Amino acid sequence: MTRFVLGRIGFYTLIAVLLAFFTIPLLWLAAAPLTSDPTYEVRVPDFTFDNFQAILDHPYALPSLYNSLLLSIGTALLVVALSALAAYALSRVRLPGRDALLYALLLLSSIITGTAAMVPLFQLAVELGLIDSQLGLILILSGGLLPAAIFMLKDFMDSTPKSYEESARVFGASPLQIVAHVVVPLVRPGLATIAVWAVANVWGNFLMPYLLLSDVEKQPAAVIMYTLYTEGGQANLRLLSTFGLLYSIPVVLMYLFVSKKYGFRFHGGIKR
Amino acid sequence: MAAIELRRLTKVYPGGVKALDALDLVIPDGEFFALLGPSGCGKTTLLRTIAGLETATGGAVVIGERDVTSVQPGGRDIAMVFQDYALFPHMDVTDNVAYPLRIKKVAKAERHRRAGEVAARLGLEHLMDRRPGQLSGGQQQRVALARVMATQAQAFLFDEPLSNLDARLRLEARTFLKKLQRELGVTTVFVTHDQAEALAMADRMAVMEAGVIRQIGTPAEVFQRPANTFVAGFIGSTPMNLLDAVVRGDTLEVAGCAVPVPDSAAGLLADGEKVVYGVRPEYNAYAPKPAEGSSEGALAGKVVIVENLGASHLVTLDVNDVTVQAVVPEGSEPAVGDEGFAAPRRDRALVYRDGELVTR
Repeated sequence: MTRFVLGRIGFYTLIAVLLAFFTIPLLWLAAAPLTSDPTYEVRVPDFTFDNFQAILDHPYALPSLYNSLLLSIGTALLVVALSALAAYALSRVRLPGRDALLYALLLLSSIITGTAAMVPLFQLAVELGLIDSQLGLILILSGGLLPAAIFMLKDFMDSTPKSYEESARVFGASPLQIVAHVVVPLVRPGLATIAVWAVANVWGNFLMPYLLLSDVEKQPAAVIMYTLYTEGGQANLRLLSTFGLLYSIPVVLMYLFVSKKYGFRFHGGIKR
Repeated sequence: MAAIELRRLTKVYPGGVKALDALDLVIPDGEFFALLGPSGCGKTTLLRTIAGLETATGGAVVIGERDVTSVQPGGRDIAMVFQDYALFPHMDVTDNVAYPLRIKKVAKAERHRRAGEVAARLGLEHLMDRRPGQLSGGQQQRVALARVMATQAQAFLFDEPLSNLDARLRLEARTFLKKLQRELGVTTVFVTHDQAEALAMADRMAVMEAGVIRQIGTPAEVFQRPANTFVAGFIGSTPMNLLDAVVRGDTLEVAGCAVPVPDSAAGLLADGEKVVYGVRPEYNAYAPKPAEGSSEGALAGKVVIVENLGASHLVTLDVNDVTVQAVVPEGSEPAVGDEGFAAPRRDRALVYRDGELVTR
C-alpha cells in the first residue's frame, strides 16, 4: 500500500516537472510583455502597456509582421496549388519509378532549404536576380516545401476512392470539372492541412530570409526578432517578449480558425 | 433507349492478362441483362469497357447503332451505378441527383425540380437535404438509382448493385430493381457474382469464365440446361450432381448403379463412351424404398448428411463412395445412416461429353 502511494506520488511529481518545462516558457510569454521591467523569471505582471507602445514605435516591428504574412501566405498558396495538381497526377497516373522519385525528392528537399545548400542557393539567387526579392524567397521556400507537401497529399489522394471521379466522368464531366466539383471538395481537409503546415513553416523560418533579404524593410518577423537588442548589446527583454507574443498570435489564430472550419472529415457516400 | 452490341470485344491489360477474349454479345433494347461469373472472370471489366472507363484493345462497342468504341464515357449516353454507389459526400441528395444535369448545364432551378421529381418517384422526397453519410445503405442505393434516372440515358450499367446491402434488404431491393427496370424500360446491364440474383432479376444472362461467355440465355434455360459443366456447377443454390458415367446401351452406369439415358441425350451416345451425368438435387427424387418394387433407374446409397434448407432438406447420399445429393420436401427427410434411393428425373437429367452438353 505504501509502495503504491509512493509510486503514485513519484509519478505525479514527474508529470508536474515535465509540464513545468512546457508551461513556464508560455507563462513567461504571457506575463513578461505586461511587466515594466521583465527579467528571465516568471513574475506576476504589473499590467503596463508601455512595452506594446515601444514595439509600435519600433520602425520595423509591425512591417515585419506584415512581411511574414505576405511570405507565408504567398508560399502556402503556391505550395497548395502546385502540390495538389502534382499529387493528383501522381496518385492517378501509373508511372514507372514513381515512388522512388518521390522518396528522392523528399530526401533532397530537406537539403534545399537547409544549411547545407546555403552557399549555392545564395549564388543561384544572385545569378537569377532574385536576391533581396520577396518573390524570389517565396519561390525558394516553396521549392523546399513542395516535395513533402506532394508526399503528404498523394497519400491523401490515394485514400479517396476513384469511383467518385469515374462516376463524374460517366456523367460527362471534363477533367477540370472533375477536379473542381469532386476532387478538391473531397481533399479539402488535406489541402487545409498543407496550407497550415506551409504557413507555420515559413513563419518560423529564419535562415532563408536572413540569407536572401538584405533590405531590412523586406524582412519578416523571425529575422527582426534577432535585431531586438539594447544599445549595450544585451537582449532587450521588453521588446523581445512583447514582439514574441505578437509574433505567435497569428499562428495560434490560424490553427483555431482552420480547425473550426476544416477540422472534420466527410464520411459516407462510399459504402464500406 | 438503345440496344447494346459488342463485336469481338477484346481487352488485354498491360502485362498480358486477357480480361476479355473476342466477345460477341447483343443486348436488345429494353432488356434487363445480367453478367454473371466468379470473381476475376472479366464481368466487371466488360461492364467498364461498355461504359468507356476501360479502353478496348480490339473489337467494337455499339450502343444504339452508334459505334462508341473510341468515344469518352461522357459521350456514350449511358449511366452507371458503382458498387460503392460513389455518391458525392460533400453534396446533399438534391445536388447528387442533379449532378448529371449540372454537367449538361441545366439551370439550377430546373435541375433541382427534376431531381425532386425523380427522387419522389423512389420515395426519397423527405431526404433531399441529407448528405450521403446520413443515409442508410438502402437509401444510398436509391439515391444512386435516382441519379442515373435523372440522366435519361439510353442504357444503364449497374456494377454489383446489391452487394453492399444486407441479406434481408437485398431481397427487397431485388424486387424493387426489377420492377423499376420494367417501368422505365431502359436497356440495363448488371454485373453480379450471385447466381440467385441473376436468375431472379434478369430477362437474359451471360455466364462468364476467364474472359469468355460460356452460356447466354434466359434464366430458365441456363438453370435447366446448362451448356457446359462450368455453368452447371456455377448455377443453382445447391450445386448440380456431376457424376462420371459410362454408356451401357440404353442405360448409364453411374457409381455402380444403372440409370436410364436422359431424354435430352437419347440416341446421341455411343456404347462404352465415358461421359458426365448431371442432375440437380431438386430433380433427384429421394425415396426410402425403390419405386414400384424395382431398383431400376435409381442410385442406391446410404444417407451421410441431412441439411435443413427451410421448406426442404438437402440429403447427401454415399453411393459406392460417390457423393450424390437430393432435395427432399419437409416432413419426409430420412435420418443419417438410412439406406435410400435417389431417382433422377429422366426429362431433367443431362449428359456432358468433354464438358459440353450433349443435346440435339
